[in-house]
Amino acid sequence: MIPISWYLILAAALFSIGLFGVLARKNAVAILLGVELMLNAVNINLVTFWRYNAPETVTGQVFAIIVFAVAAAEVAVGLALIISIYRNRNTIVADDLDLMKW
Amino acid sequence: MQITQILFLIFAAIILGSAFKVVTTKKMIHAAFWLIVTLFGVAALYAMLNAGFMAMVQIVVYVGAIAILFIFAIMLTRKELLDSAAPLNKNWGVAALFGLLSFGGLYTLLRNWEGFSNKASALSTDVDMITELGTALVTPNAYLLPFEVASVLLLAALIGAVYVANEAKSD
Amino acid sequence: METTNLIWLLPLPPLLAFFIIVLFTNKSNKLSHIIGVSAAALSWAGAMYVFYQAVVDDHFVAFTDTIDWLPLGDGYLEIGVRIDPLSAAVLFFVGITIFMIFLYSVGYHNFGQPKGDHDKQGLPPHGATVEDEHGHKHTVPSVEPMYARFFAFIGLFAAGMYTLVISDNLLTLFVGWEIMGLCSYLLIGFWFAKKSARNAGIKAFMTTRIGDVFMLLGLAFLYTATGSLSYEVIFSEATLHALASAPAFWGLSAAGTIGLLLFIGAVGKSAQWPLHVWLPDAMEGPTPVSAMIHAATMVSAGVYMTIRIFPLFSAGWDHHTLTPAMSIIAFIGAFTALFAATIAIAQNDVKGVLAYSTISQLGFMMAAIGIGAYVAAAFHLVTHAFFKALLFLGSGSVIHGMEHGVLHTGDHSVDPQDMRNMGGLAKKMPITFWTFLIGGFALSGFPIVTAGFWSKDEIFADAFAHGHTAVFVTLALAAFLTAFYTMRQITMTFLGEARTPEAEHAHETPWTMTTPLVILSIFAVGFGWVGIPEDFMNLSLPTNWFHSFVGHTLPHPMAAPVFSWIPLGTSLVVALGGLGIGYLTYRNFKSADAVDPMRKLLSPVYHFIENKYYFDEAYDYLFVKPATWISEVFTNKMDQGVIDWILHSFGTASFAIGSTIRNQFDTPVINRFFGDGSAEVVQIFGRWLRKAQTGRIQQYMLSALGVLFIIFIALYYLVLA
Repeated sequence: MIPISWYLILAAALFSIGLFGVLARKNAVAILLGVELMLNAVNINLVTFWRYNAPETVTGQVFAIIVFAVAAAEVAVGLALIISIYRNRNTIVADDLDLMKW
Repeated sequence: MQITQILFLIFAAIILGSAFKVVTTKKMIHAAFWLIVTLFGVAALYAMLNAGFMAMVQIVVYVGAIAILFIFAIMLTRKELLDSAAPLNKNWGVAALFGLLSFGGLYTLLRNWEGFSNKASALSTDVDMITELGTALVTPNAYLLPFEVASVLLLAALIGAVYVANEAKSD
Repeated sequence: METTNLIWLLPLPPLLAFFIIVLFTNKSNKLSHIIGVSAAALSWAGAMYVFYQAVVDDHFVAFTDTIDWLPLGDGYLEIGVRIDPLSAAVLFFVGITIFMIFLYSVGYHNFGQPKGDHDKQGLPPHGATVEDEHGHKHTVPSVEPMYARFFAFIGLFAAGMYTLVISDNLLTLFVGWEIMGLCSYLLIGFWFAKKSARNAGIKAFMTTRIGDVFMLLGLAFLYTATGSLSYEVIFSEATLHALASAPAFWGLSAAGTIGLLLFIGAVGKSAQWPLHVWLPDAMEGPTPVSAMIHAATMVSAGVYMTIRIFPLFSAGWDHHTLTPAMSIIAFIGAFTALFAATIAIAQNDVKGVLAYSTISQLGFMMAAIGIGAYVAAAFHLVTHAFFKALLFLGSGSVIHGMEHGVLHTGDHSVDPQDMRNMGGLAKKMPITFWTFLIGGFALSGFPIVTAGFWSKDEIFADAFAHGHTAVFVTLALAAFLTAFYTMRQITMTFLGEARTPEAEHAHETPWTMTTPLVILSIFAVGFGWVGIPEDFMNLSLPTNWFHSFVGHTLPHPMAAPVFSWIPLGTSLVVALGGLGIGYLTYRNFKSADAVDPMRKLLSPVYHFIENKYYFDEAYDYLFVKPATWISEVFTNKMDQGVIDWILHSFGTASFAIGSTIRNQFDTPVINRFFGDGSAEVVQIFGRWLRKAQTGRIQQYMLSALGVLFIIFIALYYLVLA
């Protein structure tokens, strides 16, 4: 039997990788990819806890489904923004988008 | 080592490996493909956790919609120069450090939790998970409200995305 | 109303007049003189009523009233009023002369005349040009610019004199004394734009001040010795006896010392030698002032006070040998009488003669009281007030007439007061002439028909009868000189022919000036008759009213001197002789530039006499110059040099400290370091800090996460672990 710790460690690792991607990538879309990874890690966590702690309820799965929906919405809007930025500034390098600079 | 454990390790390797590739490839389209691989791996994991519906939804929604969306976005924002330049910005060292820190922190936190070594309990077979899930999502006492709110959210996102990405009319 | 209440009110009308004129009516000449003259008239009426009440009472002792004034320990210092026979007599002449002088002033200051062409306040009026209906221009006398002020001042003066006369203690006497001192300063320097007038005022005040200092010492000594200043207490038998027995300074008893100290005050006030120098200079004031000061009031106050304190310095007198204080007083009086008379014969200013004459006559009075002739001194005081006031007012009238002539001819180099420029005025100014003649004869002691004869004769009789030969001879000589210079004055002024065109054009003065002359001359003639000795010329005449009335002021009235032909003869000889020789010498004084016959006669000593024995110069050298030098040293070296230097150095030091603080501390530290510095620091910090705002969200995220990790780790290790 697989102890819960394996799943949780996997989710933590996935999360960390996603964090790294968010912080270290130049391309704005790549940042969003990192965000996706983080969301997936979260989902793994949720489902794991559902399975190991309260499998008779459906709460965990519902939560995870809502996360799906949110992730989808967020990706849609985020990418729309990136496309709009690309059209205006002709760049999607995150470092070039510094209009809020002092 | 049981078979499930080996299976788990293989899937874990796939997930982590492809995730790593996602954040380190130069070419964006490759990153998108590696993401798809990661998503598939996660779906397999869901299946191992007896959350079959979740696995299906993962594939349909994430891979079928979100990943496609990514690919579209990548196509629309392609820059030759960018793809040949270094993928990581100049703070990647600190970012790596923070990644490690976050992993380490999470691990430390989880380690001290007494339930860390639980084993999975058996599932009862007389309950139909999917029916339960479906009923829960539409029962007002249960999770109808979050469900509807999520729909509204999706609607908002839809409208927002359409509006933001709309090209300025030149008239 | 009760007499004592009335007595309290006597000084009030002139005092009120002063305040009303100063505060309210000072712009209106007419209102001012109405208030002034009415005040004088009111006080005179009150004084007459009091005098009448005193006279009709057969057993009159005194009207007294006191109030508790100053709380002192257990009791009070009391002040009050006292009219005894002496002060009643004084009230009589004070009231009438003051009233006459007030009335005279209306005309003297040319009320009703137009304002002068270039008259300025502080200068005597110089005439106004008027055009008559034919277009002829002539100059007429102009009204005094400071008319109202004059009435205010003489009102205050009158109030001071009344206060002095009615007081029953030496303190309020001194108050009145000082008020008059102030007013004499104000009035002598009335025409303040003239330097000579200003100096004369200061000289008068300073000289009398010297006397007043000694007088204050006397008052202090008296108060310490007796515990009171009230006449009733200090002149009581027991007190006098105690004071006479107590030895004091230089062989004098306490009474003698006090008497002398107080007498020195009178020496200053009544211009006796050696403090006589202010009186001739006081002629700078307008003539009514001269009359007031030198006849009616101020100088009389000195003599009055001396007569009043007679019991003090005569304490222990055995009626044979004079006490030391009395001898000193008699000496000073007699000496001054002769001394001043000698100077008077060489004076050319018509008022100057009268000034020295006053000094001389006061000397007579002092000599009289010095030898113990109480009643004679008082008698001469009263008669002198009348005829001297008359003479002064007459001289004012003469000067007015001469000024008219000066305005007519336009020659302002001619001094209207110089007797050498006069002559023949008897025809031009008859009323003035006759009244002046009466006054002059009274002064000389013309027998029987003038008051001066009777009073002077009584002094001679007293001196002779009590064997004071030195005094007698000195006074006789002085009387001779008095008659001489008086006739000299009358001859030069009125008789003969006019010596200058100005004298030719003189004319009589208005009624406001001649009426007082007439009234005063009546008293100058008649007042003497109240003091005729009973045994005059060995006839049996009615009681000498004056002697019995005033004599009763003393607790032990002294007998009148026994009649003797020698003093009478002496006085006749000196009076008539002096008058005759004076007339003969000066009737040939024909021109204004002629040499004075006296100059030829007394040529070795004439210039001494003419220059008043150089006393002014001597005092200037001895006292005035050192005082000026000291004050200059003190002003320049001490005050400006040292004290101002200290103050300036405070200023400089403060400035230096302030500058140092400003430059060394305030500007670099506070302003630059803290003020600008903190701004600078904030700016630097801000510039450094804003670098964090890169606009790159990944960097924002990194920093957020960094802080988050730190918080988590801290939380974990501090709280959870």
